[in-house]
Amino acid sequence: MTTLNSVKRDAPLARPAPHKMSWVWLGVTPFFLFAFIFLLYPSSTIAIRSFQNTTTHVFTFDNFVHLLQNPNLVNAYWISIKISLITSLGGGIFGFLLAYSAIRGGLPPFMRTSLMTFCGVASNFAGIPLAFAFIALLSPSGVLTGWLRSVGYNPYFHGFQLYTFWGLSMVYMYFQFPLMVLVISPAIDGLRREWLEAAENLGASSFQYWRYVAFPILLPSILGTMILLFGNSFGAFATAQALTGGSINLVTIMIGAQLRGDVLGDAGLGYALALGMVVVMAVAITGYTLLQRKSERWLR
Amino acid sequence: MKNGGKVWSWFWMILGIVYFFLPLVATFIFSLRAKKGVLSFLAYQQLFNDSGFIKGFSYSILWGVLTIIVGILIFVPTAYWVRLRAPQFRTAVEFITLLPFVIPAIVFVFGLVRTFSHPPFLIVDSPVLLIAGYTVLSMPYMYRSIDTGLRSIDVRTLTEAAQSLGAGWATILFQIILPNIRVAILSGAFLSFAIVMGEYILAQYLAKPAFAPFLAYLIQEKAYEPAAATIISFALTWACMGIINLFGRGQQTQIAGGH
Repeated sequence: MTTLNSVKRDAPLARPAPHKMSWVWLGVTPFFLFAFIFLLYPSSTIAIRSFQNTTTHVFTFDNFVHLLQNPNLVNAYWISIKISLITSLGGGIFGFLLAYSAIRGGLPPFMRTSLMTFCGVASNFAGIPLAFAFIALLSPSGVLTGWLRSVGYNPYFHGFQLYTFWGLSMVYMYFQFPLMVLVISPAIDGLRREWLEAAENLGASSFQYWRYVAFPILLPSILGTMILLFGNSFGAFATAQALTGGSINLVTIMIGAQLRGDVLGDAGLGYALALGMVVVMAVAITGYTLLQRKSERWLR
Repeated sequence: MKNGGKVWSWFWMILGIVYFFLPLVATFIFSLRAKKGVLSFLAYQQLFNDSGFIKGFSYSILWGVLTIIVGILIFVPTAYWVRLRAPQFRTAVEFITLLPFVIPAIVFVFGLVRTFSHPPFLIVDSPVLLIAGYTVLSMPYMYRSIDTGLRSIDVRTLTEAAQSLGAGWATILFQIILPNIRVAILSGAFLSFAIVMGEYILAQYLAKPAFAPFLAYLIQEKAYEPAAATIISFALTWACMGIINLFGRGQQTQIAGGH
């Protein structure tokens, strides 16, 4: 933006300069070439092939029609969306409470620094090692299971299962709430103490302060970050694959299986499945961006 | 803040700390149980004697370093040029660098494998595709940290000063601009490194020996060695984040990445 402004500050030319051949674009060519070959072209291949008949390559909506008619695939989307909703809501609430406690909860300042470091590590500690850490903790032969059993409580006798939906949700929480803490902290920092004092001077109760001041200001940030968490878990694959061995019916797991060998028996269906994921992600990221822009008004 | 609030603050913090450490403590205890009845580092010994581990680990380190180098070679000149001469490309470049957030890694790899496993682009077996894929996955972080670095220095003045002393473009980029933003690049570089070390999907589907696919295989086959490998992986993540915290001011974290 600074370069744009400095260009504008120059004195206006008396007459428009004669049109010269510009070679400026040459400098960004390597980047665009790289992006085209390794990102844009392969991604557009998915988009194009999802609208093509597998054998005749004729334009068609059939792949999407077949997708919607296949209860197994619709169910995969539903489970992916459900686990993302649950972990973004749960991770969002827990992450917010943690961040608020560390920043405004009257705790010693070192707690905040440590929390940020832990969260930086935890949100990046994902995939295969994360899955195994929970296997070591809570599988039937896990350490915590052993401790609980020795005090006479076997969670596996009370309906607990690590390798299913709720077990996986618990594992996802491990990278969800730290991301919430990291992304929401600037918004909590932006809550000015003057606002609380002003509200108290006007006789507002703690509930009223939250209901009419803090919450409305934080709401766009909280919602936006939760949408980000939604996308974070919607696209997750490695953790689920390693934990459940692919037995849970998520869209990412389906695409992974389709990539190993044509398990759907229809290549076009696989492309449609993948494109559907990109659409959901694009909606999520757009929502995040819009809400983030809205919340920035208060964070100056 | 009232006292009740403080009690709740401690409550949430302790819950968070327990959630964070419990799986790691469990993994560590588990990794010490390889010898029946006593705690020992046998699992670590066995792991380090496993040629698959050495191979996967060292290949991942190599690919992590190559990814950082390729990323710097592509993104530093681009970000520099966009800032100095081609601001009209800014929106397009930033849009592309953020695309890996929108396209889930598994979908990206799906497209990559399907595109490059058929003639005329049969390069699926070449490490070029792997490095390029890693570079794309780490692009949002790498590009942003480079761009942040460039924002904090006076690109125009440095360039003009260098030019007036007769420096060419390569000299300007790699002997003047790059050293000036090296601290800013570090956070992107170490996050890229952490991503490559933990990345499973790309290496798995391109059938390349790497740390994460090896760990996935180990989980199926053994009980205690994967625990040792998990601890090592965690220590590595911690080291990368520690270095980022040490040098960088901003928090960096991966989103919709290798999870």
